[in-house]
Order: sequence, then C-alpha cells, then structure tokens
Amino acid sequence: MKYLDEYRDHRIARALVAEITSCVKHSWVLMEICGGQTHTIMRYGLSDVLPREVELVHGPGCPVCVTPLETVDKAIALALRPGVILVSYGDMLRVPGSRSDLLRAKAQGADVRIAYSPTGAVKIARANPDRQVVFLAIGFETTAPANAMAAWQAKHEGLSNFSMLVSHVLVPPAIRALLGTPNNRVQGFIAPGHVCTVMGCSEYEGLVRDFGMPIVVGGFEPVDILESVLMLIRQLEAGEAKLENQYVRSVSPQGNGRAREIVAEVFETADQKWRGIGRIPMSGLRLRGEYAAHDADRIFALSEITADEPAECISAQVLRGLKKPTDCAAFCVRCTPENPLGAPMVSSEGACAAYYHYRRHSVVSQEKSCP
Amino acid sequence: MCLAIPGRVLEIEELGPLRSARVQFGGIVRQVSLNFVPEALVGDFVMVHVGFAISRVDALEAERTFRILQEMGELEAEAPATDM
Repeated sequence: MKYLDEYRDHRIARALVAEITSCVKHSWVLMEICGGQTHTIMRYGLSDVLPREVELVHGPGCPVCVTPLETVDKAIALALRPGVILVSYGDMLRVPGSRSDLLRAKAQGADVRIAYSPTGAVKIARANPDRQVVFLAIGFETTAPANAMAAWQAKHEGLSNFSMLVSHVLVPPAIRALLGTPNNRVQGFIAPGHVCTVMGCSEYEGLVRDFGMPIVVGGFEPVDILESVLMLIRQLEAGEAKLENQYVRSVSPQGNGRAREIVAEVFETADQKWRGIGRIPMSGLRLRGEYAAHDADRIFALSEITADEPAECISAQVLRGLKKPTDCAAFCVRCTPENPLGAPMVSSEGACAAYYHYRRHSVVSQEKSCP
Repeated sequence: MCLAIPGRVLEIEELGPLRSARVQFGGIVRQVSLNFVPEALVGDFVMVHVGFAISRVDALEAERTFRILQEMGELEAEAPATDM
C-alpha cells in the first residue's frame, strides 16, 4: 500500500542503521511515547539492529494501558445494569478491572458491543431508543476529535439515551511528569506522530525549551522510527536540543484546526489518573458542563471506586520506561495475553504484549516455558 | 489506539453538514468522515483513525523526503556491506 510499503524498505532501513552507527559516539537513552511505535520497534526487531549505544525505552502511550482501573470497574458496573448497552473499542474488552473484565461481564449477560468508530456507538443509540447506550470513550489527542464528534452529534440530534464514560489523556503533561522524576533516564524523545497530526507541534517546543532535550515528531513505520532515531542522535552528539519533524507527510506545525476546534468545544482539560503512573495535573479531558446530559459519570451518579493493581505486576515501571517487560517475574508465566495481570499485556499497543508477540522466544530465560 | 492508516479517497458525499468519503485501503473500501479534512479531494491520500480522516497526506513532502531516504539506501547498497 502506498505510504506504507516504501517506509518498510529494508535497504533504506539498513542505510539508516549504518548512518546511526557512524554518528553515535556516546550512549543515549531514547523514549518513544506511542505504543504503535513500540510495536513497530518490536515487530521489526529495530532495537536489535541499532548500535548498543542506543537504548530505546518505551513510554506510556497506550491509552488502553493507562485507562484507570477504576474506569474499567465503572464500565463493568454500568454494563451489568439492566437496560444498558456498553459500547467500547475492542482493545478494552479484556483489560482487567479489579475483579473482572468487560468480556466476562458480556459472558454474564451484559450487553457489551464493540465499535470501530465512535459514530458506530451513536448509531447503536439511534437504533435503540428504549436503552441507555454508554460509550467508553478512551484515547489520546488522536482519538479526542472523533470521540468529541460523537458527543456533539448526540447533543445536536437530541439523543438523550447516549452518554460517554470518558477517560482521555494528553501526552505533553505526561512527558513533563516523566522528565520531572528524579530517576529519569530519558535523553531524547520520539513524539507521537498522530497526536501531533491533530494537535500540531507547539506544545513540544515548550518541552524542548524547559528540559533542554531534543524531540523528534516521528511516524510509525520502521523507516520512520529509524530516521527519527538518527535525527535525535545527530542532535545529541552535537549537543543540540531542537524540535524536529520527521513525519512531515502527516504533521503540520499547527495541527488540524477543525479537529482541535471540536475538541475544545466538547471537552475541557482536567486532572487525570493514569493507570500505573498516578494522578497528573491537567493531563486529561472531561466533557464540558454543556454536555452534562451525555456524561455517564454525571447521569449515572457513579460512586468513586478505589482499587489496587495486582502486587506482582510491574506495569507502573514499564509505563515509565524504568523497566522492560522481560524484567517481570510474571512475564509469560503468570501473565499472558490470555490471562493478563496488567493492561500492557492486553492492548495491541501495550509494551508487554509487544514483547510477548515478537520477543518471547528470544529473550525469556530457559527456566520459563513460554506457550 | 493511535493507529492511523493511509487510504485513497474514491468518492465524496455530502450528508447535510457532514462530509464523508469512500476510502480505499489496499483491497478494502470503508466509509470515512471528512469533517476534519474538508479540503481532501478525490484521488488524495488521507490518514484515517477510528473512521475519521485526520490529515491529508502531503504528497510533495512525502515524495521529497522519500527520495532522500531512497538515495541513502542506494548509496548504502553500493558501499561495502556492514554487519547487521
């Protein structure tokens, strides 16, 4: 497919690796934020072909992984209420809550449905006027315009039976929180190309300035990732800290104006809890007061639930780039995609799932038998 | 979740205030909202995320950067092999 295949060209990838190898003089730790980029790195074995001076650590950019346990519990509780249809992106169904998951709730008789697009959830509400349709609206800035559009449509059509349980997170406050921790190792960032397609690059200028660290807005194919690494290494070796855009075919400096407008109309920023990381000030989105009639948190008067993660799960450190999935004693043994302990083993973008799918046979020590 | 896939606009429809298109991804054709990318024309490539186009692929930029990358690959192919 055009704009995909050429960015998977092995000759270009090899040339980029050779160039990185000839540029690098010191050891550097780089973080890719987005789970989609983590998967490309694992799928194509990019960390294996890079010189050993370049270490890639994986960030918290998997919305399924950072959706709070409490939100999953709330979604399950709502799904089990009579008369409710709970609509979710497919990735969320197996994410463990504190006692169950949405797939098990479905098996118990709850009406849980998968939507590919938020407009699909709106359609379900139109077709079922006597049922309450709750859409589990999760995501980063990339997904916020589409989810906002669903709320906007429901409001303008007067669809009183459509509401959203919102868990939206924002990338720049998370980068700020990660860089602000005393044990931070990251020296350069690959910023998420699709988040920046929507939001533009200006917020990342501020991060470069405040932390004196290079950031390259990167795409998602192997050639994109390697070129982003090269751009970061060139800057780091030259002692520079600039914002650069590798993903020019999709990202403009100002982002997508229309998409940003609908997000600003429907949502407002708020403090947000990230699963595995904790509360980060003004790092999330919630529905504005004008959309209260479509806010599941308000109309169902959901009580605040507090829940604890399984003690053995190290996803908190994995999501901060402090540990690799293979550092976990449960990896591949008591934690698999079929029986996950933590969310990063579930999502198609979770770091643990990426290691499980692409690396488990090469990296797991011999005493562990992997399926 | 933040996955977006490039697809080619085949046909554009106006449904009241909403603008949508039939978009081709390899062998698959899907209905995609063009609300955020109203400037997209038939034949353009758009990046699509959860049923919404979020950008029009900048064909000139893509061509320019790809040519640089390609030249790099060709140069490498002529250079002595590196151990990879």
